[in-house]
Amino acid sequence: MEYKLAFKDYNEALKRNELLGLKCRECGTITVPPKMACRKCASLDMEVIKLMGKGKIQTFTTCNVASEGREDELPYIILLVELEEGAWIMGNLAGTDPTTASMELIGQKVRMAEGRVFPGDRYSAGEGTSPVFRIEA
Amino acid sequence: MRKVAVVGVGETKFSAAQEKTSVELFAEAAMEAITESNLKPKDVQALFLGNVLGDFSEGQGMVQVFAAENIGCRNIPANRYEGACASASMAVRDAFMWVASGFYDIVLAGGVERAAAMGTALATRTFAMSSDSRYEFPSGITFPALFAMLAHLYAARYGIPIDKLKEQMATVSVQSYHYGMFNPKAHLRKEVDVEAILKSFMVSTPLQLHDCCPFSDGAAALILASERAAKKLTNRPVYITGVGQASSGPLANQQDYLPRLQAREISSQQAYNMAGVKPKDIDVCELHDCFSIASLIAAEGLGFFEYGKSGEAWMKGEAAIGGKVAINPSGGLKSKGHPIGATGAGQVYEITKQLRGEVEPERQVDGAKIGMTDTLGGDGGTLVNMVLRCGW
Ligand SMILES: [Zn+2]
Repeated sequence: MEYKLAFKDYNEALKRNELLGLKCRECGTITVPPKMACRKCASLDMEVIKLMGKGKIQTFTTCNVASEGREDELPYIILLVELEEGAWIMGNLAGTDPTTASMELIGQKVRMAEGRVFPGDRYSAGEGTSPVFRIEA
Repeated sequence: MRKVAVVGVGETKFSAAQEKTSVELFAEAAMEAITESNLKPKDVQALFLGNVLGDFSEGQGMVQVFAAENIGCRNIPANRYEGACASASMAVRDAFMWVASGFYDIVLAGGVERAAAMGTALATRTFAMSSDSRYEFPSGITFPALFAMLAHLYAARYGIPIDKLKEQMATVSVQSYHYGMFNPKAHLRKEVDVEAILKSFMVSTPLQLHDCCPFSDGAAALILASERAAKKLTNRPVYITGVGQASSGPLANQQDYLPRLQAREISSQQAYNMAGVKPKDIDVCELHDCFSIASLIAAEGLGFFEYGKSGEAWMKGEAAIGGKVAINPSGGLKSKGHPIGATGAGQVYEITKQLRGEVEPERQVDGAKIGMTDTLGGDGGTLVNMVLRCGW
Protein backbone atom coordinates (compact mmCIF):
# COMPACT_ATOMS: atom_id res chain seq x y z
CA MET A 1 0.00 0.00 0.00
CA GLU A 2 1.41 3.36 -0.99
CA TYR A 3 2.40 5.90 1.66
CA LYS A 4 0.14 8.91 1.20
CA LEU A 5 2.43 11.73 2.33
CA ALA A 6 6.06 10.67 2.38
CA PHE A 7 8.80 12.49 4.27
CA LYS A 8 10.29 13.87 1.06
CA ASP A 9 7.10 15.63 -0.02
CA TYR A 10 6.31 16.87 3.51
CA ASN A 11 9.86 18.19 3.80
CA GLU A 12 9.81 19.95 0.41
CA ALA A 13 6.58 21.71 1.40
CA LEU A 14 8.00 22.73 4.79
CA LYS A 15 10.99 24.30 3.07
CA ARG A 16 8.45 26.51 1.22
CA ASN A 17 6.90 27.42 4.62
CA GLU A 18 3.94 25.17 3.91
CA LEU A 19 2.87 22.78 6.66
CA LEU A 20 1.12 19.65 5.39
CA GLY A 21 -0.86 17.17 7.42
CA LEU A 22 -3.33 14.33 7.00
CA LYS A 23 -7.03 14.63 7.83
CA CYS A 24 -8.82 11.43 8.80
CA ARG A 25 -12.02 10.86 6.82
CA GLU A 26 -13.39 8.67 9.62
CA CYS A 27 -12.74 10.65 12.80
CA GLY A 28 -11.61 14.06 11.55
CA THR A 29 -8.32 14.01 13.50
CA ILE A 30 -5.31 15.78 11.99
CA THR A 31 -2.15 13.69 11.90
CA VAL A 32 1.16 15.53 11.62
CA PRO A 33 3.90 14.62 10.88
CA PRO A 34 2.47 12.16 8.36
CA LYS A 35 1.88 8.49 9.13
CA MET A 36 0.34 5.51 7.38
CA ALA A 37 -2.50 5.38 9.92
CA CYS A 38 -4.53 8.07 11.73
CA ARG A 39 -2.87 8.81 15.08
CA LYS A 40 -6.25 8.57 16.80
CA CYS A 41 -8.33 5.80 15.21
CA ALA A 42 -5.73 4.05 12.99
CA SER A 43 -7.90 4.49 9.90
CA LEU A 44 -5.97 4.46 6.64
CA ASP A 45 -8.52 6.73 4.97
CA MET A 46 -6.84 10.13 5.22
CA GLU A 47 -6.41 13.05 2.84
CA VAL A 48 -3.48 15.45 2.56
CA ILE A 49 -4.36 18.96 3.69
CA LYS A 50 -2.53 22.24 4.16
CA LEU A 51 -2.38 23.39 7.78
CA MET A 52 -2.49 27.05 8.83
CA GLY A 53 0.77 26.95 10.77
CA LYS A 54 -0.85 28.81 13.67
CA GLY A 55 -1.06 27.65 17.25
CA LYS A 56 -0.20 28.03 20.91
CA ILE A 57 3.03 27.23 22.78
CA GLN A 58 2.53 24.27 25.10
CA THR A 59 6.10 24.01 26.34
CA PHE A 60 9.65 25.05 25.49
CA THR A 61 13.28 24.86 26.53
CA THR A 62 16.40 26.86 25.83
CA CYS A 63 19.00 24.31 24.88
CA ASN A 64 22.63 25.03 25.84
CA VAL A 65 24.21 21.69 24.95
CA ALA A 66 23.96 20.43 21.37
CA SER A 67 24.62 17.21 19.55
CA GLU A 68 28.00 16.72 17.93
CA GLY A 69 28.28 19.03 14.91
CA ARG A 70 25.40 21.34 15.94
CA GLU A 71 27.23 23.43 18.56
CA ASP A 72 27.09 26.55 16.34
CA GLU A 73 23.30 26.67 16.67
CA LEU A 74 23.45 27.24 20.46
CA PRO A 75 21.63 28.58 22.34
CA TYR A 76 18.27 27.81 20.73
CA ILE A 77 14.65 27.43 21.79
CA ILE A 78 12.77 24.19 21.10
CA LEU A 79 8.98 24.19 21.38
CA LEU A 80 5.97 21.98 21.37
CA VAL A 81 3.17 23.89 19.67
CA GLU A 82 -0.49 22.93 19.69
CA LEU A 83 -1.70 23.80 16.21
CA GLU A 84 -5.16 25.28 15.73
CA GLU A 85 -6.12 22.06 13.95
CA GLY A 86 -5.44 20.17 17.20
CA ALA A 87 -2.16 18.37 16.57
CA TRP A 88 1.04 19.11 18.47
CA ILE A 89 4.29 19.64 16.59
CA MET A 90 7.93 20.18 17.56
CA GLY A 91 9.70 23.26 16.24
CA ASN A 92 11.90 26.24 17.06
CA LEU A 93 11.16 29.82 18.13
CA ALA A 94 12.68 32.86 16.37
CA GLY A 95 12.45 36.50 17.40
CA THR A 96 12.73 35.74 21.13
CA ASP A 97 16.04 35.88 22.99
CA PRO A 98 16.82 32.30 24.07
CA THR A 99 18.79 33.53 27.07
CA THR A 100 15.77 35.24 28.62
CA ALA A 101 13.02 32.82 27.54
CA SER A 102 10.75 32.13 30.52
CA MET A 103 7.54 30.38 31.53
CA GLU A 104 5.62 33.36 30.10
CA LEU A 105 6.10 31.80 26.68
CA ILE A 106 3.64 29.04 27.54
CA GLY A 107 0.22 29.85 26.16
CA GLN A 108 1.49 32.49 23.71
CA LYS A 109 0.07 32.44 20.19
CA VAL A 110 2.57 31.71 17.45
CA ARG A 111 2.63 31.53 13.69
CA MET A 112 4.99 29.54 11.51
CA ALA A 113 7.53 31.89 9.90
CA GLU A 114 9.81 29.57 7.96
CA GLY A 115 11.11 26.08 7.51
CA ARG A 116 14.69 25.92 8.78
CA VAL A 117 16.75 23.28 7.01
CA PHE A 118 19.08 21.08 9.02
CA PRO A 119 21.44 19.95 6.26
CA GLY A 120 22.05 16.58 7.88
CA ASP A 121 25.20 15.04 9.31
CA ARG A 122 27.12 11.83 8.71
CA TYR A 123 24.47 9.82 10.55
CA SER A 124 21.28 11.24 9.07
CA ALA A 125 19.74 10.29 5.74
CA GLY A 126 20.12 13.77 4.28
CA GLU A 127 18.41 16.99 5.31
CA GLY A 128 15.40 17.60 7.50
CA THR A 129 13.39 20.73 8.17
CA SER A 130 12.21 22.28 11.42
CA PRO A 131 9.15 24.55 11.51
CA VAL A 132 10.24 27.88 12.99
CA PHE A 133 7.55 29.88 14.80
CA ARG A 134 7.30 33.50 15.89
CA ILE A 135 5.11 35.05 18.58
CA GLU A 136 2.06 36.66 16.94
CA ALA A 137 2.03 40.43 17.33
CA MET B 1 3.20 -20.31 32.53
CA ARG B 2 5.95 -21.35 34.92
CA LYS B 3 7.38 -19.28 37.76
CA VAL B 4 10.74 -17.67 36.99
CA ALA B 5 13.38 -16.71 39.52
CA VAL B 6 16.47 -14.56 39.55
CA VAL B 7 19.03 -16.94 41.06
CA GLY B 8 22.24 -14.97 40.60
CA VAL B 9 23.27 -11.41 39.79
CA GLY B 10 26.47 -9.62 38.80
CA GLU B 11 27.45 -6.05 38.10
CA THR B 12 30.59 -4.05 37.37
CA LYS B 13 31.17 -0.70 38.95
CA PHE B 14 29.35 1.95 36.91
CA SER B 15 31.94 4.58 36.01
CA ALA B 16 33.35 7.38 33.92
CA ALA B 17 35.21 6.47 30.74
CA GLN B 18 37.39 3.42 31.38
CA GLU B 19 39.49 1.13 29.22
CA LYS B 20 37.83 -2.27 29.35
CA THR B 21 35.98 -3.39 26.21
CA SER B 22 32.24 -4.06 26.22
CA VAL B 23 32.91 -7.80 26.02
CA GLU B 24 35.27 -7.58 28.98
CA LEU B 25 32.81 -5.55 31.06
CA PHE B 26 29.94 -7.91 30.35
CA ALA B 27 32.14 -10.97 30.93
CA GLU B 28 32.93 -9.74 34.45
CA ALA B 29 29.28 -9.12 35.33
CA ALA B 30 28.14 -12.39 33.70
CA MET B 31 30.68 -14.60 35.47
CA GLU B 32 29.73 -13.04 38.80
CA ALA B 33 26.08 -13.94 38.10
CA ILE B 34 26.89 -17.46 36.85
CA THR B 35 29.20 -18.20 39.78
CA GLU B 36 26.71 -16.84 42.32
CA SER B 37 24.11 -19.18 40.81
CA ASN B 38 26.37 -22.20 41.37
CA LEU B 39 26.38 -22.79 37.62
CA LYS B 40 28.98 -23.17 34.89
CA PRO B 41 28.90 -21.35 31.53
CA LYS B 42 27.92 -24.62 29.81
CA ASP B 43 24.66 -24.64 31.80
CA VAL B 44 23.43 -21.40 30.18
CA GLN B 45 20.98 -22.09 27.36
CA ALA B 46 20.63 -18.62 25.83
CA LEU B 47 21.85 -15.02 26.19
CA PHE B 48 19.63 -11.93 26.06
CA LEU B 49 21.82 -8.80 25.98
CA GLY B 50 20.98 -5.10 25.97
CA ASN B 51 23.42 -2.86 24.12
CA VAL B 52 22.60 0.43 22.42
CA LEU B 53 25.69 2.18 21.15
CA GLY B 54 28.41 -0.43 20.66
CA ASP B 55 28.39 0.37 16.96
CA PHE B 56 29.44 3.95 17.78
CA SER B 57 31.46 3.55 20.98
CA GLU B 58 33.76 0.83 19.72
CA GLY B 59 32.68 0.00 16.18
CA GLN B 60 31.24 -3.27 17.47
CA GLY B 61 27.93 -4.60 16.27
CA MET B 62 26.60 -8.00 17.35
CA VAL B 63 28.44 -7.78 20.68
CA GLN B 64 26.20 -10.54 22.07
CA VAL B 65 27.87 -13.36 20.11
CA PHE B 66 31.36 -12.27 21.14
CA ALA B 67 30.21 -11.96 24.74
CA ALA B 68 28.65 -15.45 24.75
CA GLU B 69 31.70 -17.09 23.23
CA ASN B 70 34.07 -15.12 25.45
CA ILE B 71 32.57 -16.45 28.68
CA GLY B 72 32.40 -20.03 27.49
CA CYS B 73 28.72 -20.15 26.57
CA ARG B 74 29.59 -21.73 23.24
CA ASN B 75 27.13 -21.79 20.34
CA ILE B 76 24.08 -20.77 22.35
CA PRO B 77 21.49 -18.48 20.77
CA ALA B 78 22.48 -14.89 21.62
CA ASN B 79 20.12 -11.97 21.04
CA ARG B 80 20.81 -8.23 21.26
CA TYR B 81 18.12 -5.80 22.42
CA GLU B 82 18.01 -2.12 21.49
CA GLY B 83 15.38 0.07 23.10
CA ALA B 84 17.62 2.96 24.11
CA CYS B 85 17.86 3.22 27.90
CA ALA B 86 15.32 0.40 28.38
CA SER B 87 17.34 -2.16 26.39
CA ALA B 88 18.44 -4.41 29.25
CA SER B 89 14.93 -4.49 30.72
CA MET B 90 13.59 -5.60 27.34
CA ALA B 91 16.24 -8.34 27.35
CA VAL B 92 15.31 -9.45 30.88
CA ARG B 93 11.59 -9.43 30.07
CA ASP B 94 12.11 -11.57 26.96
CA ALA B 95 14.38 -13.91 28.92
CA PHE B 96 11.63 -14.17 31.54
CA MET B 97 9.04 -15.07 28.89
CA TRP B 98 11.15 -17.82 27.35
CA VAL B 99 11.75 -19.43 30.73
CA ALA B 100 8.13 -18.95 31.78
CA SER B 101 7.00 -20.59 28.57
CA GLY B 102 9.04 -23.70 29.29
CA PHE B 103 11.34 -23.33 26.32
CA TYR B 104 14.45 -22.74 28.45
CA ASP B 105 15.32 -23.54 32.07
CA ILE B 106 18.41 -21.39 32.59
CA VAL B 107 19.23 -18.20 30.70
CA LEU B 108 21.61 -15.27 31.06
CA ALA B 109 20.24 -11.75 30.61
CA GLY B 110 21.80 -8.34 31.06
CA GLY B 111 23.37 -5.43 29.30
CA VAL B 112 26.54 -3.49 28.65
CA GLU B 113 27.42 0.01 27.53
CA ARG B 114 30.40 2.34 27.14
CA ALA B 115 28.46 5.58 27.05
CA ALA B 116 31.05 7.62 28.95
CA ALA B 117 33.82 6.53 26.62
CA MET B 118 32.08 8.38 23.77
CA GLY B 119 32.42 11.90 25.21
CA THR B 120 29.56 14.37 25.64
CA ALA B 121 29.15 15.57 22.02
CA LEU B 122 28.93 12.12 20.40
CA ALA B 123 26.93 10.71 23.31
CA THR B 124 24.45 13.59 22.99
CA ARG B 125 24.17 12.93 19.25
CA THR B 126 23.69 9.19 19.58
CA PHE B 127 21.23 9.48 22.47
CA ALA B 128 19.18 11.84 20.26
CA MET B 129 18.93 9.02 17.72
CA SER B 130 16.18 7.61 19.94
CA SER B 131 14.02 10.63 19.12
CA ASP B 132 12.30 10.89 15.73
CA SER B 133 15.23 11.45 13.36
CA ARG B 134 13.22 12.80 10.44
CA TYR B 135 10.60 14.96 12.11
CA GLU B 136 12.04 16.02 15.50
CA PHE B 137 15.84 15.91 15.30
CA PRO B 138 15.97 18.80 12.78
CA SER B 139 14.67 21.08 15.60
CA GLY B 140 17.79 20.18 17.60
CA ILE B 141 16.11 17.91 20.15
CA THR B 142 18.44 16.34 22.69
CA PHE B 143 17.67 13.96 25.54
CA PRO B 144 17.96 16.71 28.20
CA ALA B 145 15.89 19.10 26.04
CA LEU B 146 12.94 16.75 25.85
CA PHE B 147 12.80 16.25 29.63
CA ALA B 148 13.36 20.00 30.03
CA MET B 149 10.21 20.58 27.96
CA LEU B 150 8.37 18.05 30.12
CA ALA B 151 9.52 19.97 33.22
CA HIS B 152 8.09 23.26 31.94
CA LEU B 153 4.91 21.50 30.87
CA TYR B 154 4.66 19.82 34.30
CA ALA B 155 4.95 23.20 36.04
CA ALA B 156 2.27 24.72 33.78
CA ARG B 157 -0.14 21.76 33.99
CA TYR B 158 -0.06 21.39 37.74
CA GLY B 159 0.23 25.11 38.49
CA ILE B 160 3.56 24.85 40.28
CA PRO B 161 5.75 27.97 40.13
CA ILE B 162 8.97 27.01 38.31
CA ASP B 163 11.18 28.03 41.27
CA LYS B 164 9.23 25.74 43.55
CA LEU B 165 9.45 22.87 41.05
CA LYS B 166 13.20 23.41 40.75
CA GLU B 167 13.55 23.13 44.52
CA GLN B 168 11.54 19.89 44.46
CA MET B 169 13.68 18.54 41.62
CA ALA B 170 16.84 19.46 43.54
CA THR B 171 15.53 17.48 46.52
CA VAL B 172 15.27 14.42 44.26
CA SER B 173 18.92 14.78 43.25
CA VAL B 174 20.05 15.36 46.86
CA GLN B 175 18.41 12.09 47.93
CA SER B 176 19.91 10.12 45.04
CA TYR B 177 23.41 11.48 45.64
CA HIS B 178 23.06 10.65 49.31
CA TYR B 179 22.23 6.97 48.77
CA GLY B 180 24.85 6.68 46.03
CA MET B 181 27.48 7.72 48.60
CA PHE B 182 27.05 4.34 50.23
CA ASN B 183 26.97 2.29 47.01
CA PRO B 184 30.49 1.15 46.11
CA LYS B 185 29.37 0.47 42.54
CA ALA B 186 28.01 4.00 41.97
CA HIS B 187 29.56 6.29 39.37
CA LEU B 188 29.15 9.65 41.21
CA ARG B 189 29.80 9.34 44.94
CA LYS B 190 29.52 12.72 46.62
CA GLU B 191 27.07 14.62 48.78
CA VAL B 192 25.54 17.49 46.80
CA ASP B 193 23.25 20.08 48.40
CA VAL B 194 20.38 22.12 46.95
CA GLU B 195 22.52 25.24 46.70
CA ALA B 196 25.19 23.48 44.60
CA ILE B 197 22.50 21.99 42.36
CA LEU B 198 20.90 25.36 41.70
CA LYS B 199 24.31 26.86 40.92
CA SER B 200 25.34 24.18 38.44
CA PHE B 201 25.59 24.65 34.67
CA MET B 202 22.26 25.16 32.86
CA VAL B 203 22.06 22.29 30.36
CA SER B 204 18.59 22.93 28.94
CA THR B 205 16.22 25.22 30.85
CA PRO B 206 15.11 24.44 33.55
CA LEU B 207 17.43 21.41 33.89
CA GLN B 208 20.88 22.02 35.36
CA LEU B 209 23.84 19.68 35.43
CA HIS B 210 22.86 18.12 38.77
CA ASP B 211 19.36 17.44 37.45
CA CYS B 212 20.91 15.14 34.83
CA CYS B 213 22.33 11.64 35.13
CA PRO B 214 25.88 11.06 33.86
CA PHE B 215 26.93 9.07 30.81
CA SER B 216 28.43 5.89 32.31
CA ASP B 217 30.32 2.76 31.36
CA GLY B 218 29.26 -0.52 32.94
CA ALA B 219 27.56 -3.90 32.72
CA ALA B 220 25.06 -5.95 34.69
CA ALA B 221 23.93 -9.57 34.36
CA LEU B 222 21.36 -11.96 35.83
CA ILE B 223 20.68 -15.67 35.71
CA LEU B 224 16.98 -16.48 35.36
CA ALA B 225 15.83 -20.00 36.11
CA SER B 226 12.59 -21.94 36.15
CA GLU B 227 11.18 -22.58 39.64
CA ARG B 228 12.32 -26.20 39.56
CA ALA B 229 15.84 -25.33 38.51
CA ALA B 230 15.95 -22.41 40.96
CA LYS B 231 15.10 -24.61 43.95
CA LYS B 232 18.16 -26.76 43.23
CA LEU B 233 20.45 -23.73 42.90
CA THR B 234 19.53 -21.44 45.77
CA ASN B 235 17.43 -21.18 48.90
CA ARG B 236 16.91 -17.46 48.25
CA PRO B 237 15.27 -17.19 44.81
CA VAL B 238 13.80 -13.80 43.89
CA TYR B 239 10.76 -14.38 41.70
CA ILE B 240 9.79 -12.09 38.84
CA THR B 241 6.06 -12.09 39.44
CA GLY B 242 4.94 -9.42 36.96
CA VAL B 243 6.28 -7.84 33.78
CA GLY B 244 5.01 -5.15 31.43
CA GLN B 245 6.20 -3.38 28.31
CA ALA B 246 4.64 -0.73 26.08
CA SER B 247 5.64 1.73 23.37
CA SER B 248 4.76 5.23 22.11
CA GLY B 249 5.54 7.30 19.02
CA PRO B 250 7.28 10.68 18.58
CA LEU B 251 7.13 13.08 21.52
CA ALA B 252 4.69 15.55 19.93
CA ASN B 253 2.30 12.70 19.11
CA GLN B 254 2.09 11.80 22.81
CA GLN B 255 0.19 15.08 23.20
CA ASP B 256 -2.90 13.65 24.86
CA TYR B 257 -0.90 12.46 27.91
CA LEU B 258 2.15 14.70 28.34
CA PRO B 259 3.72 15.33 30.80
CA ARG B 260 2.47 11.86 31.74
CA LEU B 261 3.93 9.02 29.70
CA GLN B 262 1.20 6.69 28.53
CA ALA B 263 3.54 3.78 27.82
CA ARG B 264 4.57 3.71 31.49
CA GLU B 265 0.98 3.65 32.69
CA ILE B 266 0.15 0.72 30.39
CA SER B 267 3.34 -1.16 31.15
CA SER B 268 3.16 -0.77 34.93
CA GLN B 269 -0.51 -1.81 34.99
CA GLN B 270 0.44 -4.99 33.14
CA ALA B 271 3.14 -5.69 35.72
CA TYR B 272 0.90 -4.92 38.72
CA ASN B 273 -1.96 -7.01 37.38
CA MET B 274 0.23 -9.97 36.57
CA ALA B 275 1.85 -9.84 40.02
CA GLY B 276 -1.51 -9.25 41.73
CA VAL B 277 -0.19 -6.25 43.66
CA LYS B 278 -0.92 -2.53 43.92
CA PRO B 279 1.44 0.46 44.14
CA LYS B 280 1.02 0.55 47.93
CA ASP B 281 2.42 -2.99 48.17
CA ILE B 282 5.81 -2.00 46.72
CA ASP B 283 8.51 -1.70 49.38
CA VAL B 284 11.37 -0.58 47.15
CA CYS B 285 11.48 0.74 43.59
CA GLU B 286 14.32 1.49 41.24
CA LEU B 287 12.82 3.95 38.77
CA HIS B 288 14.16 5.71 35.71
CA ASP B 289 15.54 9.02 37.00
CA CYS B 290 17.55 10.02 33.92
CA PHE B 291 16.60 13.57 34.99
CA SER B 292 15.23 14.82 38.30
CA ILE B 293 11.90 15.68 36.64
CA ALA B 294 11.80 12.15 35.22
CA SER B 295 11.65 10.81 38.80
CA LEU B 296 8.58 12.90 39.60
CA ILE B 297 6.82 11.85 36.39
CA ALA B 298 7.74 8.19 36.96
CA ALA B 299 6.62 8.05 40.59
CA GLU B 300 3.21 9.41 39.54
CA GLY B 301 2.87 7.14 36.51
CA LEU B 302 3.63 4.15 38.71
CA GLY B 303 0.85 5.19 41.08
CA PHE B 304 2.97 5.99 44.14
CA PHE B 305 1.90 9.64 44.39
CA GLU B 306 -0.85 11.84 42.97
CA TYR B 307 -0.23 13.72 39.74
CA GLY B 308 1.61 16.95 40.44
CA LYS B 309 2.36 15.95 44.04
CA SER B 310 5.56 13.89 43.75
CA GLY B 311 7.85 16.82 44.48
CA GLU B 312 6.09 17.46 47.79
CA ALA B 313 6.34 13.74 48.56
CA TRP B 314 10.12 13.79 48.05
CA MET B 315 10.44 16.88 50.21
CA LYS B 316 8.48 15.15 53.00
CA GLY B 317 10.70 12.06 52.81
CA GLU B 318 7.94 9.84 51.45
CA ALA B 319 10.21 8.60 48.65
CA ALA B 320 13.09 7.88 51.03
CA ILE B 321 13.93 4.72 52.96
CA GLY B 322 11.39 4.64 55.78
CA GLY B 323 8.85 6.62 53.72
CA LYS B 324 5.87 5.34 51.71
CA VAL B 325 8.09 3.64 49.15
CA ALA B 326 11.88 3.62 49.08
CA ILE B 327 12.87 5.04 45.70
CA ASN B 328 16.30 4.50 44.19
CA PRO B 329 18.28 3.43 47.26
CA SER B 330 21.06 2.51 44.80
CA GLY B 331 21.52 6.21 44.02
CA GLY B 332 19.53 5.75 40.82
CA LEU B 333 20.73 6.79 37.40
CA LYS B 334 21.70 10.14 38.93
CA SER B 335 24.39 8.77 41.23
CA LYS B 336 24.78 5.07 40.50
CA GLY B 337 25.05 5.98 36.83
CA HIS B 338 23.53 5.24 33.45
CA PRO B 339 25.36 2.83 31.14
CA ILE B 340 22.24 2.84 29.03
CA GLY B 341 22.25 -0.69 27.60
CA ALA B 342 22.90 -2.11 31.09
CA THR B 343 20.73 0.14 33.25
CA GLY B 344 17.61 -2.06 33.50
CA ALA B 345 19.62 -5.13 34.48
CA GLY B 346 21.36 -2.95 37.06
CA GLN B 347 17.95 -2.11 38.51
CA VAL B 348 17.05 -5.80 38.81
CA TYR B 349 20.49 -6.39 40.39
CA GLU B 350 19.71 -3.74 43.02
CA ILE B 351 16.20 -5.00 43.79
CA THR B 352 17.46 -8.58 44.10
CA LYS B 353 20.18 -7.48 46.53
CA GLN B 354 17.66 -5.37 48.48
CA LEU B 355 15.19 -8.24 48.83
CA ARG B 356 18.01 -10.53 49.97
CA GLY B 357 19.07 -7.89 52.52
CA GLU B 358 22.59 -7.73 51.08
CA VAL B 359 23.23 -4.03 50.50
CA GLU B 360 25.17 -1.58 52.69
CA PRO B 361 23.26 -0.85 55.95
CA GLU B 362 22.99 2.91 55.21
CA ARG B 363 20.84 2.19 52.17
CA GLN B 364 19.20 -1.15 52.99
CA VAL B 365 15.40 -1.13 52.97
CA ASP B 366 14.80 -3.31 56.01
CA GLY B 367 12.36 -6.15 55.56
CA ALA B 368 11.65 -5.37 51.89
CA LYS B 369 9.62 -8.20 50.36
CA ILE B 370 8.33 -6.75 47.09
CA GLY B 371 10.34 -4.61 44.70
CA MET B 372 9.78 -2.97 41.34
CA THR B 373 11.83 -1.74 38.41
CA ASP B 374 10.93 0.99 35.92
CA THR B 375 13.01 1.59 32.81
CA LEU B 376 12.32 4.18 30.12
CA GLY B 377 13.79 4.26 26.62
CA GLY B 378 13.90 7.32 24.37
CA ASP B 379 11.21 9.95 24.82
CA GLY B 380 8.84 7.49 26.46
CA GLY B 381 9.10 5.35 23.33
CA THR B 382 9.66 2.21 25.38
CA LEU B 383 8.72 1.47 28.97
CA VAL B 384 9.41 -1.76 30.83
CA ASN B 385 8.31 -2.58 34.38
CA MET B 386 8.95 -5.60 36.56
CA VAL B 387 7.69 -6.69 39.96
CA LEU B 388 9.95 -8.96 42.03
CA ARG B 389 9.22 -10.82 45.24
CA CYS B 390 11.16 -12.78 47.88
CA GLY B 391 10.79 -16.49 47.34
CA TRP B 392 11.50 -17.54 50.92
ZN1 LIG C 1 -9.08 8.81 12.55
